[in-house]
Amino acid sequence: MENKLLIAKSETLWNTDNRVIYLISGLIILLFALPFFGLNSFYLHLFIMIFMHAVMAQSWNVIAGFSGQISLGHGAFFGIGAYATSFFYIEYGISPWISMPFGILVSGFFAVLIGIPMLRLSGHYFAIATLLIGISFQVVFQRWDLVGAASGLWVPMTAEDSWSALQFHSSKVSYYYIFLVFFIVTFFIVWLLSRSKLGYRLRAVRDDPQAALSLCINVSNYKIIAYVISAMIMAPMGSLFAQYILIIDPDRVFNIEISIIVLLITVLGGIGNVWGPIIGASILIPISEYSRIYLGGTGGAVDLIIYGLILMIICIFRPDGLISFVPKDILERKKQR
Amino acid sequence: MTSEIILQAIVTGLMMGLIYALIAAGLSLIFGLMDIVNFAHGEHLMLSMFSSFWLWSLFGLDPIFSIPITILLMAFCGVITHYFLIRYILKAKMLIQICATFGLSIFIRSIAQLLWTPDFRNVDKPLLEGRLEIGSVFIGQPQLIASLVCLVAFIGLYLFVTKTETGLALQATAQDRHAAEILGIPSNKMFAIGWAIGLGCVGVAGGMMANYFFIFTDVGINFALFAFVAVALGGFGSIIGCLYAGIIIGLVESLGGLLIDPSFKLLYVFVIYLLVVIYRPQGLFGRY
Amino acid sequence: MKILSVKNLSRSFGGIKANDNISFEVEEGTILGVIGPNGAGKSTLFDLITGYTKADNGKVEYFNKNIFGLSPDKISNLGVGRTFQKLKPFADQTLLENVMIGSFVKEKNIKKARDKALEIIDFVDLIEKRHHFAKELSTGQRKRLEMARAMAIEPKLLLMDEVTGGVDQKTIPGLVELIKKLKDSGVTIITIEHNINIIMEISDNVLALDQGKSIAYGSPKEIQQNKQVINSYLGTFDAA
Repeated sequence: MENKLLIAKSETLWNTDNRVIYLISGLIILLFALPFFGLNSFYLHLFIMIFMHAVMAQSWNVIAGFSGQISLGHGAFFGIGAYATSFFYIEYGISPWISMPFGILVSGFFAVLIGIPMLRLSGHYFAIATLLIGISFQVVFQRWDLVGAASGLWVPMTAEDSWSALQFHSSKVSYYYIFLVFFIVTFFIVWLLSRSKLGYRLRAVRDDPQAALSLCINVSNYKIIAYVISAMIMAPMGSLFAQYILIIDPDRVFNIEISIIVLLITVLGGIGNVWGPIIGASILIPISEYSRIYLGGTGGAVDLIIYGLILMIICIFRPDGLISFVPKDILERKKQR
Repeated sequence: MTSEIILQAIVTGLMMGLIYALIAAGLSLIFGLMDIVNFAHGEHLMLSMFSSFWLWSLFGLDPIFSIPITILLMAFCGVITHYFLIRYILKAKMLIQICATFGLSIFIRSIAQLLWTPDFRNVDKPLLEGRLEIGSVFIGQPQLIASLVCLVAFIGLYLFVTKTETGLALQATAQDRHAAEILGIPSNKMFAIGWAIGLGCVGVAGGMMANYFFIFTDVGINFALFAFVAVALGGFGSIIGCLYAGIIIGLVESLGGLLIDPSFKLLYVFVIYLLVVIYRPQGLFGRY
Repeated sequence: MKILSVKNLSRSFGGIKANDNISFEVEEGTILGVIGPNGAGKSTLFDLITGYTKADNGKVEYFNKNIFGLSPDKISNLGVGRTFQKLKPFADQTLLENVMIGSFVKEKNIKKARDKALEIIDFVDLIEKRHHFAKELSTGQRKRLEMARAMAIEPKLLLMDEVTGGVDQKTIPGLVELIKKLKDSGVTIITIEHNINIIMEISDNVLALDQGKSIAYGSPKEIQQNKQVINSYLGTFDAA
């Protein structure tokens, strides 16, 4: 008996297969090296979109996958981030690098503001409320003259590439690296989060809030914490996206499609799993970009048809997402059973 | 601001409210039966408006006459939805259920956009036209008839659920599907019936609105949002609650639009939603 | 020293009095058994003490400190652990993770929390199942899981709701041993039990409830001879 306990205690806390670690290290090096192989601008764009959407989906994964609250209006935080940098750059010439953290704070602040009343709601009530929140932001920004109302904001172009203004016209390579760094850093943060005390407690809140209460976990506070973290991950993607396309308007950055796609990517890849958003984004974004090229111009809804279809198929046949095809003991230890 | 204008807004709100009530009742029936929120409800409404439109444009059938066909089509659509999607996710987690119907909504809307383009359409010269003038209040005839038909359909639905054998079987399944199955009520069949009736309600509302509303692929979104709110206000699963809730929403929408600013209609309804779900999560009149 | 003192606790749902004016006290280091037929208000009493349901009126004192009206997480933070009649494991997580969520309360370091959780899992004799998902465990094992999880917060008072209910006969002696072992480690226990033999075996005091009212309170011997208890509970129990 004592022996078994000792064996159990001698196990490492986490046992990720070495092959996975090599694979990831290799992938990271490959991603950093990729532009040197002379990717054309379409492929750079494709990768940038994959990085961006993986981070956005990861943000959604924190609130929905970890703490179990389904937000259908997550685009709001994306839009806040986008407007924060563009507005302060246009009005006051403040560098996006300074306004981006500000956008993150504003996003976090709104998450607290929205979260305090709304995260007391559970299940469908919360989902519907967030759907309304997302659309409310769009409606308000469409009518808000200070930020350009429906026509949005046009970021003035700098004459040449500028790191301080975060604008690069000659090539997308700089954007590629910026998005890549954000992607890796975010992924790493969420990975740490999932293995931290906070991660454990959030999963407890997700699986059974009643039982979590009996273990000294203040359920509503933890939901709010998850919501704030999630919002703060989303906002910088909005900021970077605004700098990437330089024209933002409410229909683009507060579009309900943003809330849809983050959900779709996460559910496709595997909800509640750190890897899910990456797998989901790597599959969906190419589909979406290619369908836009080859089938675009017909109203642009073809990718949405595919999205809807995939979402239903996944829900019916693979509710744990594509990650569930990977044997569990490769990612985490489930051996010695 | 004169009292006539306010009276006008009240009448308009009431008429709209009755339509919201019927749409919400369909949603609530489905929710009460199987604990699933149909996030594609707005798209189903859109489909029923298009059904009405195409029956008019292809066969020259006036919306008022094509209503029975639209109802049947929508009921069929409900059964299909159940058999091809819902029955697979009955036991899934809530998250998966939400994503599945959400996926359905994206699918229907984008297919519609591909087939019919996002253009605005309307039924030209329907039988119901013009408006009545009662005192100083103008009432559009199609609007009036639509809301009355919706009210009748609502009462019919209520009587069906509370008085008929099938309705009582539905209620039994809603309360405890396992106990109902032991009593010989097949829950799968009841769910299919629930979807047929739920979307049938939407068929009535959509068919009547085709008379006077612009018909386009995104038309359902706002109606669906209001229906969600109405269902929450009325108490999830309560049908009679939807009637009151629908009327409240109609009034808030039209009075808020009149007294403050019409472009923020959605926000007023949202505020009401938040207040109610926070302070009375069982709904205003709810059985929960 | 009194660990818990409940005075005049009442709660009604609609017109039904689920708990009607219930009073009792628990001495530190003892086991209080709560008995009563179905619907007597036993689980409601637990919910009232742990803050899951708000009482209409009454007083709950824990170490002479009023905890009436505190939220469940605050009450558990004071050292009141509980299990649930309708089991509530964190289904998508392993047994070890379930218990670790509890041991994080007292132990901030992940490795130490893990080791402590393992010790408790060993204590409830499930060490070989530590990497199994909670949803894969049998009912008896899930009851142990809930006990282990509640123990992990190092409670001074542990409320256990029908530990032996719905478990096959073979596993009952083990669970009873576990309760005794727990008591020996210094934890005060209130346990709801249907099995009258177990109650008589382990309890220091017994509280009998019927239709929301407290009908008897005393040592197991006294309860066994109490007419009212025999009529309302033991009688039907034997008949059944």
